[in-house]
Amino acid sequence: MYLRNDDRPQGSRLSLRIAVLGGVAVALFGILFFRLWNLQVLSGDKYLAEAKNNRTRSFKVIAPRGEILGRDGKVLVDSRSALALQLNTTKLPEDPAEARAELARIGALVHMGPRQVRRKIHEEEEVAAGAPVTLRQDVGFDLVAYIEENQPEFPGVAVQRVFVRHYPHGTLAAHVLGSVGEISGEELEEAGNKDLEPGEMVGKGGVETTYDKYLRGQPGLTKIQVNALGEPTPGGQLVEVPPTPGESLKLTIDPVVQEAGESALASQGLPGAFITMDVDNGQILGLGSSPTFDPSELITPTQAQVNALYRNESAPLANRTTEGLYPTGSTFKLITALAALENGVITPNSVIDDPGQLCLGEECFKNAEGAAYGALTLVPALEVSDDVFFYTLGLDMWKTGELQQWAHQLGVGRPTGIDIPVNTNGLLPTRQWRDQLFKEGNTERPWSAGDNIQLATGQGDLQTNPLQMAVAYAALGNGGAVVTPHVGMEIVDAAGRVQKEFDPGPRRHLKIDAGTRSVILEGLHDAAQGPGGTSHVVFDSFPIPVAGKTGTAERPGHADQSWYAVLAPYPNPRIVTVVTIEEGGFGAESAAPAARTILEAFFRNKLQAAAESEGEGETETPTG
Amino acid sequence: MMYATRTRNARPEPFAVHIGIGERLGLAHMDWPLTISAVALVAFSVFTLGQATQNDVPGSPNYYLERQAIYAVLGVLGMFALTRIDYSRFRELRVGLYTFLCASVALVFVFGFAARGSRRAFELPFFSFQPSELGKLLLVLALAGFVIDGARRGSPVQRTVRYLCLGLAPAALVFLQPDLGTSMVFVVATLAVMYFGGVPWTHFAVIGGGLAGLIVLVLIAAPAVGHPILKGYQEERLTSFLHPHEHEAGAGYQQNQSVVAIGAGQDTGRGDKATQTRLDFVPERSTDFIFAVIGERYGFMGAAFVLSLYALLFWRALRITTLSKNSYGTLVAGGIAVALLFQTFVNVGMNLGIMPITGIPLPLMSYGGSSVLATFLAVGVLQSINVQAHLSQKGRFAW
Repeated sequence: MYLRNDDRPQGSRLSLRIAVLGGVAVALFGILFFRLWNLQVLSGDKYLAEAKNNRTRSFKVIAPRGEILGRDGKVLVDSRSALALQLNTTKLPEDPAEARAELARIGALVHMGPRQVRRKIHEEEEVAAGAPVTLRQDVGFDLVAYIEENQPEFPGVAVQRVFVRHYPHGTLAAHVLGSVGEISGEELEEAGNKDLEPGEMVGKGGVETTYDKYLRGQPGLTKIQVNALGEPTPGGQLVEVPPTPGESLKLTIDPVVQEAGESALASQGLPGAFITMDVDNGQILGLGSSPTFDPSELITPTQAQVNALYRNESAPLANRTTEGLYPTGSTFKLITALAALENGVITPNSVIDDPGQLCLGEECFKNAEGAAYGALTLVPALEVSDDVFFYTLGLDMWKTGELQQWAHQLGVGRPTGIDIPVNTNGLLPTRQWRDQLFKEGNTERPWSAGDNIQLATGQGDLQTNPLQMAVAYAALGNGGAVVTPHVGMEIVDAAGRVQKEFDPGPRRHLKIDAGTRSVILEGLHDAAQGPGGTSHVVFDSFPIPVAGKTGTAERPGHADQSWYAVLAPYPNPRIVTVVTIEEGGFGAESAAPAARTILEAFFRNKLQAAAESEGEGETETPTG
Repeated sequence: MMYATRTRNARPEPFAVHIGIGERLGLAHMDWPLTISAVALVAFSVFTLGQATQNDVPGSPNYYLERQAIYAVLGVLGMFALTRIDYSRFRELRVGLYTFLCASVALVFVFGFAARGSRRAFELPFFSFQPSELGKLLLVLALAGFVIDGARRGSPVQRTVRYLCLGLAPAALVFLQPDLGTSMVFVVATLAVMYFGGVPWTHFAVIGGGLAGLIVLVLIAAPAVGHPILKGYQEERLTSFLHPHEHEAGAGYQQNQSVVAIGAGQDTGRGDKATQTRLDFVPERSTDFIFAVIGERYGFMGAAFVLSLYALLFWRALRITTLSKNSYGTLVAGGIAVALLFQTFVNVGMNLGIMPITGIPLPLMSYGGSSVLATFLAVGVLQSINVQAHLSQKGRFAW
């Protein structure tokens, strides 16, 4: 030991120890300096980026979806704010078993299984980790109250205001409007949806799909400065891009006509469809399909609602107007007459004898109800809907394909260009089609005269729908323009200014001789309002002259389907209305009365004025 | 005295030419670089706290600034007071100091208030007094006295064991509070005093081996047989720095955030944009992680400046060990110097992600009255040793 009490320690041994300690100190400070230099000078960029990323969290602020209006400005769909149940996953218990139990309890509140809840969380976490997960939109006030009373039991569960589609008129125009729902995985892949994220609402069918980009608006963005726990720091709102509400879509739909059409269908109690369209520009004033559905149920449907809607035999979600696949019965005779006249198969004065049936060898085609009208020309043939007359025309044209040509030109069995999603276009039977089927062994015979005879009266293999028939009738009504049917009229911004007008224009023009047009219209007018007309009973008392054709389509396995197609007013029609009612019997039985109801709605002002002047006359008579 | 003839004394001393006010106050022979580095550090601490903790206490933006400034002023006064006293008196008081040390640390168990699961401090009207902070200095003063007095009693092994027992007893009490970090400082200070007291290198080798065995026992063996000695969080803190990414959400998280904060400071710092340390990403930013605040706010320039001040502080402390007029002063200065070096390295290393999280404050920088006061008192003792060395060389006694 070198120590001596109260004396200076011996120098040399102490110096060694001090030198060693000094060396250690130099090494330790060297380590600190080097590490500091390494972190700040060499890798500073990396850590700065990490720090910047650390301090903010972005939240998307959903924009309220634009309104959908009727042509009169009546609100058909708007967005109301609703309460959504959200879950802040960071507040779940850390213990996995506890967290699972917690999720199960929360799921039970909104009728979701634990697996559903976890999948939902997983989906949303991938997009915006840390952001609250919306478990269910539009929860009831009962549930909200329950959660608020028992908040300690549900940490992390919060009720958030969101926007939910609201349908002030319930099911009105459901098939036109479509519905909204959370974007699906496939939809996310689509080119136009790059900006969208899971959980966002997009249109599902109808104009909600077609005009989605106008209606959806621009979501806003809130960047919030957060602390290490992910909690917002006071005053830490960094960037806020306010959401841009969606623009409003004004439809060509006339709510009065729409309402009339739907109630006319509903009163029949059978599946059916109707369309009312402006013959000149293709604006659809009313379009409905029965049975219908409540679009609000599709936003976040319960399993029971899914079952009711998707597994229902009467297919309430199907739009029978645009996607129905029906033979048309005699309403097709307009096309047959057009083809025959325009191709010179007959003239307006040509007389065809109707002995009650047309026989091709063994096979005979008979009039309905066993009638025989004798010799007649086109106009009376249309008036009484003489089948043999048109069978003969079908027979005359069976080799030439002239009937198919005209039907095709008029839009039968092909896309109409309507601005709501349509999955099928029907079928116009042609020689090529059947011969091809025959060659492939899918049918027992090639194209034959019988096929064309059937088609001439809207029977056989024909598969079309009220929309296509309306376009065809409109083409005759307007003198040859094959219009593009559409329901979108204009885009209106929040201030009510028109941003964009939709006027798709005709798809093509057909050359229809004025004489041909007037003869056929005359025949249709007589059919509706002539003394022997097939729908005379329905339209005789209708004060406005119309040109309408009944149809009674035979569908294998079904009772006869009732059709009615009418142009009004005669002789210069403004609108066309086509109605079909499955298993509705004769055209005049169910479809024609429905069509009349719709026309009454469309001409409501005119009819009211007429009734008033009549009423005035009555009140004046006694005094006069 | 006997040193009066030293040649060194012939050089004119700027403060000693006249017996002026400086000399009267005992300030003439202070080690000014030591004073300046200590005061600069605490001033920088006050400045940093003032800027970085504006939003920490709602309603009083200068809460930390004001309190730390008061502690700093008290500390500087305490330092000057001790400068005037001959530290050698503490050798005579060693038993009393040691008793007070052990009693105060033990009393915390009875009267202390619990913060985050450990009892470390007494709640006083104006601040909470943490005896273990002052205890570091008391241990060095007392133990150095025991070493000097016992230098001729017993065999070297007996002496070594005696010193170890004297040092480890209060360390164990602090460990049980539990305050792992401070107890480690106690152990290191004990070893430092023994080191300067001339304990043979071979004994240190044995002690080193024993420590390694203890670490194995505490961290590996004891938990393996189901009797963990450390509390879970302590063990996690100690080991998580070895694999920070496994613990991003737990103990490693804090350290990771601290590293990110310091790195983000880059060359010149982010100033008020220092979000890491302003927004709670870095925990304990006014105390254990204040170096991360400096790193982020003032960048490499600021952090390196602070480190340089510590290097200066340690160098001056070490230098004083060589100047001391007696062995007691050498041992005390050595113990203080090593304790400061250890605390600085462990704390800054923890901030930089290369040392475990041990809860050791950064001397003079970390917010806290006990720590600031105790450190200034320790610096005052160093100053006293320096002053006494000069006075004894001049043939003067302290008065």
